[in-house]
Amino acid sequence: MSHHQLDARRILCPLPVIRTQQRVENLAPGDTLEVRCTDHGALNDIPAWCRINGHEVIETRDDGAEVVITIRVS
Amino acid sequence: MLAARVVMDQGVHVEGLNFFTGFCVEGHTHAIRNQDKARPKRNNALWVAEQLGIKLHIVDVIEEYKDIVINPRHGYGANLNPCLDCKGFMVGKAREWMERKGFDFIVTGEVIGQRPKSQRKDTMPVVARESGANDRLLRPLCAKLLPETLPEREGWVDRARLHGFSGRSRKPQIALAQHFGFEDWAQPAGGCCFLTDAQYSSKLADLWRARGERRYELDDIMLLKVGRHLRPSPEFKVIISRDGGETNFLTGYRRQFVNLTATSHRGPLTLVDGKADEAGIELAARLTARFGQGREAERVDVLVEWPDGHSRTLAVRPLSAEQIPPEWYV
Repeated sequence: MSHHQLDARRILCPLPVIRTQQRVENLAPGDTLEVRCTDHGALNDIPAWCRINGHEVIETRDDGAEVVITIRVS
Repeated sequence: MLAARVVMDQGVHVEGLNFFTGFCVEGHTHAIRNQDKARPKRNNALWVAEQLGIKLHIVDVIEEYKDIVINPRHGYGANLNPCLDCKGFMVGKAREWMERKGFDFIVTGEVIGQRPKSQRKDTMPVVARESGANDRLLRPLCAKLLPETLPEREGWVDRARLHGFSGRSRKPQIALAQHFGFEDWAQPAGGCCFLTDAQYSSKLADLWRARGERRYELDDIMLLKVGRHLRPSPEFKVIISRDGGETNFLTGYRRQFVNLTATSHRGPLTLVDGKADEAGIELAARLTARFGQGREAERVDVLVEWPDGHSRTLAVRPLSAEQIPPEWYV
């Protein structure tokens, strides 16, 4: 199991979800992925995508200019 | 949503496909403008998938879609919306996905007569044929008005439990949604694509005219959604943010464009798209001053930054409203 990071800043919904989806396809179950976004809509969309696809949202953080969503791949 | 639910009611396993062309309305504009901050920032496709309890696959078709926008075989609708080509393209992508993943047929929510170009009785077979889906394309909401498809013939779905909706009224769909217990639903077709918007299409047409060719990159079509666009010259246009949200968004492009901000007064961020000479830069500075809090001032200091990192401050008199010809507004 390993930890990964994804820079999804300066792109808008649904691209952060698409980039997350593409990255997760190449990760192993149990891996974690930290996604950093500037589109606050990602705070809704990435957790929704995780719920639909069975991945776990470990943490969401709103730092003002950026939001960070960390997920565990199922 | 309804079409999927109708076949799910017959025990069919459904997964959702959502194609991102770059022209989708939802999300982007909500995320950018201050005035939209209070709106729920939901992605409708994800929301629908959650309501239905199905998987959703969001597919990036930005590059392939360019050919549909630039060279639509069936032409455009009222604006630069290539609806019929778009439908054929998306169903074709769905067919490829279906074949790759081992699914049996495709379901869409089309209704005969719902849309003037892409959802007419005579264009329904065009979509089925040009997508290559042929009789593996089922439209559960109007299936009874169309020839039998493979899933109906094979008994995978019961034609008797499909529908025969037609026309522009959405009353039957709303009644069906209520029957299923849905209290909310996503934007009806057409309203979710910027290409159906006259103002947006005008900006895209201007972009093509200015470049002398019909091409675009993702950043181009994103920027068309943001700010005031004014073209004082064939060589360049300015994009001026309208609120703090747009300023934040445009800030991400500062290294790609000559950009201007007032330093003596609060005001917008302006990007210069194209080649502006000295006089053009000064005009861009006066426009920047015009749309800031210094609009009535005698003099506004405007910082001009170039992508190579050098910068200069200009002291300019803001343009008055009367000095901006209406034809500059794209």
